Formats: sequence, C-alpha cells, structure tokens
Amino acid sequence: MTTNLPIDQMIDQMIDPGRGMISREIFVSSDFHREELEKLFTRAWLFVGHESQIRNPGDFFVSRMGEESVILCRDTQGKVHVFLNSCRHRGMKVCRYESGNTSLFVCPYHSWSYTTDGRLQGVPLYRVLYEGQLDRSQWSLIEVPKLHQYKGTVWASWDPDAPDFMTYLGDAVDHLDQVLDCRDGRPGGSEVIGLHKWVLPANWKFAAENFLGDTYHNPSHRSVDMIGIGPSARAGQSGRRDNEYAKGQHVWVSFPQGHGMHSVWMPEVFQYQPSYLQYPVVDEYFRHCFEERKRRLGDKARLLPFTGNLFPNTSYHGRQPRGLCVWHPHGPTQTEAWRFFLVDADAPAEVKDVLRRFYMRYSGPAGMTEQDDMENWLYATAASSGTIARRYPFNYQQSMGAYKRNDPLPGDVSTQMTEQSARNYYDVYARYLKGADWDTLIGRNNSVRQAAE
Amino acid sequence: MTAAQRLAWFALKQEIEDFLYMEADLLDQREFRQWLDLLAEDLVYFMPIRRNVKFGQQAEKENTRQGEGISWFDEDKWTLGKRVEQILTGVHYAEEPLSRVTHMVSNVRLLEVSPSVEEPAEVVAGCRFLVYQNRVEYESNTFVGRRKDRLRRHGNSWLIARREMILEQNVLLAKNLSILF
Repeated sequence: MTTNLPIDQMIDQMIDPGRGMISREIFVSSDFHREELEKLFTRAWLFVGHESQIRNPGDFFVSRMGEESVILCRDTQGKVHVFLNSCRHRGMKVCRYESGNTSLFVCPYHSWSYTTDGRLQGVPLYRVLYEGQLDRSQWSLIEVPKLHQYKGTVWASWDPDAPDFMTYLGDAVDHLDQVLDCRDGRPGGSEVIGLHKWVLPANWKFAAENFLGDTYHNPSHRSVDMIGIGPSARAGQSGRRDNEYAKGQHVWVSFPQGHGMHSVWMPEVFQYQPSYLQYPVVDEYFRHCFEERKRRLGDKARLLPFTGNLFPNTSYHGRQPRGLCVWHPHGPTQTEAWRFFLVDADAPAEVKDVLRRFYMRYSGPAGMTEQDDMENWLYATAASSGTIARRYPFNYQQSMGAYKRNDPLPGDVSTQMTEQSARNYYDVYARYLKGADWDTLIGRNNSVRQAAE
Repeated sequence: MTAAQRLAWFALKQEIEDFLYMEADLLDQREFRQWLDLLAEDLVYFMPIRRNVKFGQQAEKENTRQGEGISWFDEDKWTLGKRVEQILTGVHYAEEPLSRVTHMVSNVRLLEVSPSVEEPAEVVAGCRFLVYQNRVEYESNTFVGRRKDRLRRHGNSWLIARREMILEQNVLLAKNLSILF
C-alpha cells in the first residue's frame, strides 16, 4: 500500500461508503488479506456445515474457517463440535478424509489420538516419555469457543466474546429462513445433497458482493437467459429460472451486521405461477407447497428469496437453485469456493432428481450461469492488481440514499436496484479491520451507524 | 481367439480409435454442432466428483454416483445441446473469446464388444484423456483422467451412448469446466 497514515485513517481513506468509493487495494493487496484473516475471520460467525452431513455419532465432515481446516464432528454422545484440524504436538492434520465416521482421530505423524469430543487420548510411550510432564487434559484439539446450530446449519466463531448467533444474524433471519425452511413453510428440514469445491483466481469479496444484492450484473448472464436453461426450458421457456415471482416487488435489504439480501415482497394477494412445466409431478408438488406455505405463514409468506450474503462470506441462492456457498479466502487473489446444495429432505424422489439436475447445469464451475461470474471475478481481480489500477477506486454510487428504514420490512430496504448493501457491507468490513468492539460491529452502537450514513 | 477373430479385433480397435480421434478433433476444431450429431439421443454424460476417503472405501465412496446427488456433470444430450447453444450465442463470456483446446486421447482399449467382434453393435472403450485448455492470455488448465465410452453402431459410424469421465482431481483446480470433454 502506498501510504504511511495510521491504520484507521488509511482504512477510512480506502473504504469510503459515504462517497461510494472503495479502493481496489482491498481486493488485491496481501496487507489487507492478512488483516482480514487476523481481524475478521477470527471473529465473525462463519458457516461450517450442515447437520445432514453428520447425522450419526462419530460422523465428521472436514470444513474450513477462513484459510484453516476444521473438523465438524458429532461426538459419540451426539454433541456437535468444531475443531481446528491440527495436532497439538506438531501440527499435522489429524484428518485428511473429507467425511466419514470414526471413534478416534489419529495423527499420522506421531500417532497422538483424539476422541470425537476432542480430548487427547493416546500418546505413544506416555509412561516412559511424558509421565509427570504432559497433562493430557490440557492438550485437546483446539475447539471453537462459539458454535450454533440453526435449522440444520452449523455456524462457529473463534471469538469467545462474539454475540450469540441469532443476534449476529439479526433481522436477516427472515430471509435466511426462506432458504432453510421446507418449501411448504415447515421450519428447517433441508438436507445437503452434494458439494462443489473449486478454486478460482479472484478475491473472495467479489463473490460475496455478487450475492449480496448485485442484481445489476444480470446482463453478464445474457447467454443463459437467451437460450433458456431453467426448470421449464424443455417446454420452450427462455430464462435461467422460472418466473415464480410475477407481480412481486423486488427488495434489496441490508442489515447493520453487514448482511445483504435480494428478496421479493409479494402483494397481499398472490397466486402460484406454474413452474417445472415439463414435469407435472414436480409442478404439482410445488403448487401444493406454495398453498401450504401461505396457509402456514400467513402474511410472512409474502417474502420470497433470490440471493443473499451473510457477513462475511456465506452466500445463498434461495429457490432456483437452492444452496449455500462459502467463499473461503485462499490468498489475496484466490478463493476456494464450497457450495452446499439443498433440498427438502422429505421431498419426493422425482422432485429431488429434477432439482439436482437443474442445480448442476446452473451452478458452480460446470454451471452454465455461474461460469460467467467466474470469468468476471477473475479478470476484475487481475485488472485491479496493477500499480496504476490501484490508484483508482471502484465506484459504488448506485442508488445512493434510495432506501427506507424498516419499510415494508425490517432493515434498510430499497425497492430499486442498489449498491446500498455493498456500501453497508464494506462499512462493516472496515469496522472489523479497525478492531471495533462487538456493539459497533453489529450496529448496536447507533451513533457510529448514523455517523457513517 | 482364431486368427480371423484377432484380425477382426484389431480392425475394430482401429476403427474405434479413429472414431475417438475424429470426435476429439471436432471439439478442437470447434465444430460443436457436428460433435452433437455423434451423441445418441439417450446419452448419459457423467463426470463424478472425487473424494478423499479412507483406504478400503474407494469403491463405495470415492466417486459420486451417476443418477444421484451432485457431480461435475450428470446430464443428457439436451443439456449438452444447451451448452453448445450457449457458446454459439457469442455472449457466453466464460467461452468468449473461445478457449484454445487440445484433446489428447490415448491408452484406447476395447473393454466390451457385443454381440460379437465380427458384427459389433455396441462397444465399450476405455481410454485416457489429457485435455489442455488455454484461455485469453495467461490462463491454462490441464485436465487429466480416464474415460469410458459406450459406443453404438450407427451406419458406417458410431454414436456415443454413455461417456464417463474420471477427472484426477478433488478440489477442482480450474475456475470453470466450460469446455466439452
């Protein structure tokens, strides 16, 4: 970076949501990357996995938090844990399988072994070499101090002082629920049917921001919209999805914790839009779910999801397709993306089959829609890395000020396309880099929030 | 095997190799529509995701399965037709400008021939692939793996009825799988 200013001042200069300008440095510099790992990923709540991946005692799933490997594990008593995947003796990964079932994690290096609740159990030649020195109870696997399970999803934070997850989530919960709840409105009930993992040479924030509510990038998906790849494409419909939300009011909502969502607020009276046209059984299933959901949720059923991003790096697609995506930093200009595809666990087999096929042709590196995103993020990163490029900030001035607070939904709500969610996101991001206290980070400290506006 | 059978076997193997090389060449020459004509209407095009599993669980768990869950590809001719259509819009930015691609096919073996070598109606051929992709200026990817193709006699030529591609990667090391295999 090119300045000798004190760090807080430098951050304010580079991240200026008030004027709608963000320095390219935060997308390319190794200094910012290091600061993020130290000050953001050590504190924020991060998505780790889904209970359906660890159904039985002894089940584990190896996940990531920031750039570090962690083990999501259900111990033999049924309790869920998240451990750093690193032996306390010399740091070797104690698990290099992606998932499975075990009663012990045995380190391949010197064979220290740990039970599924993290306790150090086996130390070879303990009596001869360690008796009286090594207190095994003090050398368990390193465990996250904060863990929360919400409607099947598992979240964790490395900060013992982090607010509880529901406070961190705030009013964004209403939007996340549209992803996690059954299509007929019953709470929870989703399962992971598969996982994509891939690396892309782009900064992780490009991806997070894309899901945060960047509807403006629609033209980059023109090819799929022209040819039609949606669930009704075989019946001749263009577009990359069904038009489920006809007559709905699009809303772009941001929250003081940094979350941002693009959802739809339907009119008081709204009808099911025929979908999945070439699959009568699936169409009928979703029609049934739609009516059930309205009956169950009443007015709340008016909220339907497109995309969103939970601060900092967990994005979702709400319906078509449906899943959570975590954008793990993997160096300053590289991201490791993990997408968890979701369906209702109790959906009929034919419904699940149609959905998984649609998910595969839409999403990820083999997906016809998202390939174009990857191309954009790669070359946006590459073309922002140069010395001259870094002198010029990105423009975030779209729909400045065009939002209402808590109308018609909680949060800062815009009814036109906006970069307000991005401005808000980087405002919160800057507070993490400045090491702010939790009240400031989650918007409890209103004076800070107002000053920023 | 009689001498005549051996001769028929070699002739068939040569014919299958020629077909696979011609097919690869169509892709490399970007003759995508002609390539689609080589696909049977009931084609299954499948590339599993490979997982790191404990020794002894490879057969059961290493690869995702065709017909269930999520793989890199588990699709049919209609979807591949869409992929071609998308490239031909000229605004599929992940392939615009087009990647430069070379498909190397080697280690070709006939794994199944039915009903007979003399009058083969269906052949399962195994091979290795090495696909090199170079894109824009500095992007390059090498995809290496095994392939198993079920080919069906069609007049003087063959149709691909099933293609299974085992890519030797776990986390995909390319940003996209925007090319055809």
